[in-house]
Amino acid sequence: MNAALVYALTGTALFVLGVAGLILQPHLLRKILAFNIMGSGIFLVMVGLAQRAGTPDPVPQAMVLTGIVVAIAATALALALARQLLDMSGEMRLPEEKSGKDRLDV
Amino acid sequence: MKTLLNVAVLFLAGAFGLALGWAILDLPVAAVNLPEQLTAQLDMSGVVHPVTAVLLNFRGYDTLLEIAVLLLALLGILALPRHVSDHQHRPFTANPVLQTLARVLVPLMLLVAGYILWAGAHRPGGAFQAGAVLAGAGVLLHLAGLLPAWVTPGRTLRAGLAVGLLVFIAVAVALMAQGTLLQYPPGWAGALILMIEASLTFSLGLILAGLYLILADSRAQA
Repeated sequence: MNAALVYALTGTALFVLGVAGLILQPHLLRKILAFNIMGSGIFLVMVGLAQRAGTPDPVPQAMVLTGIVVAIAATALALALARQLLDMSGEMRLPEEKSGKDRLDV
Repeated sequence: MKTLLNVAVLFLAGAFGLALGWAILDLPVAAVNLPEQLTAQLDMSGVVHPVTAVLLNFRGYDTLLEIAVLLLALLGILALPRHVSDHQHRPFTANPVLQTLARVLVPLMLLVAGYILWAGAHRPGGAFQAGAVLAGAGVLLHLAGLLPAWVTPGRTLRAGLAVGLLVFIAVAVALMAQGTLLQYPPGWAGALILMIEASLTFSLGLILAGLYLILADSRAQA
């Protein structure tokens, strides 16, 4: 096992953490954060796996660079939509998750 | 019931993670040696740095779509109704220390952005990194109250947001006669890439600053 594989395995761990957070956390801000953690995990897998042979591969690096910028755009749009929901409904959560005692109001 | 569901989700996520990790450890080595192919073709790309060559030459359409996605996200945010809250009439107090600092720092940030853009041809750097620095300068100027254009985005600002995508599309259309999307003629590749990157940097700086400022500052509008 070399260092590149450690990066890739860390990436899968981050991805799984993000998936669990996305499902379990009702607060939209936390969902957006979890989504970003998933994305970071995928980037780490791509860069890590590509260099497990020893030489870094510029193609996945360029794709990850593209991905980071798109993730920023998607996050910004998600935040704007979440705030719009907060303005309209007064709550930072999806309507179907109204019940439940672990409420985390801002 | 809820706790049981949570435990089930955690358990499934753990199993999913183990499966993914096993898949990664089990993955065979890629059949195509991309780095080798890239090194062989690097001479015709017009730049020396492999990541820039991939971003703007070999997979130029990725970057074209990326700037389009960024612009779409910003348009989406601009299209949402503006937030009106009770902070609306908060008087704007420009901090003189921040203003002086911004006047000193912003020229330096412009210099750094220009250098990173230029360096992208032969070392790590390029349009996105330079655009991020430009965006930082834009945010700083706005926070210092020196650049209030974001409060009501006018026609010039909107044109600036689109110029990167428009230049990129113009180059792509002009080169379509060759039959392939974004295949640069070998002698011109370096100059075309620099032109695209310069306009991309400008637009990216504005778009990234806009994503931040419109989200953060829409309470300043009526």
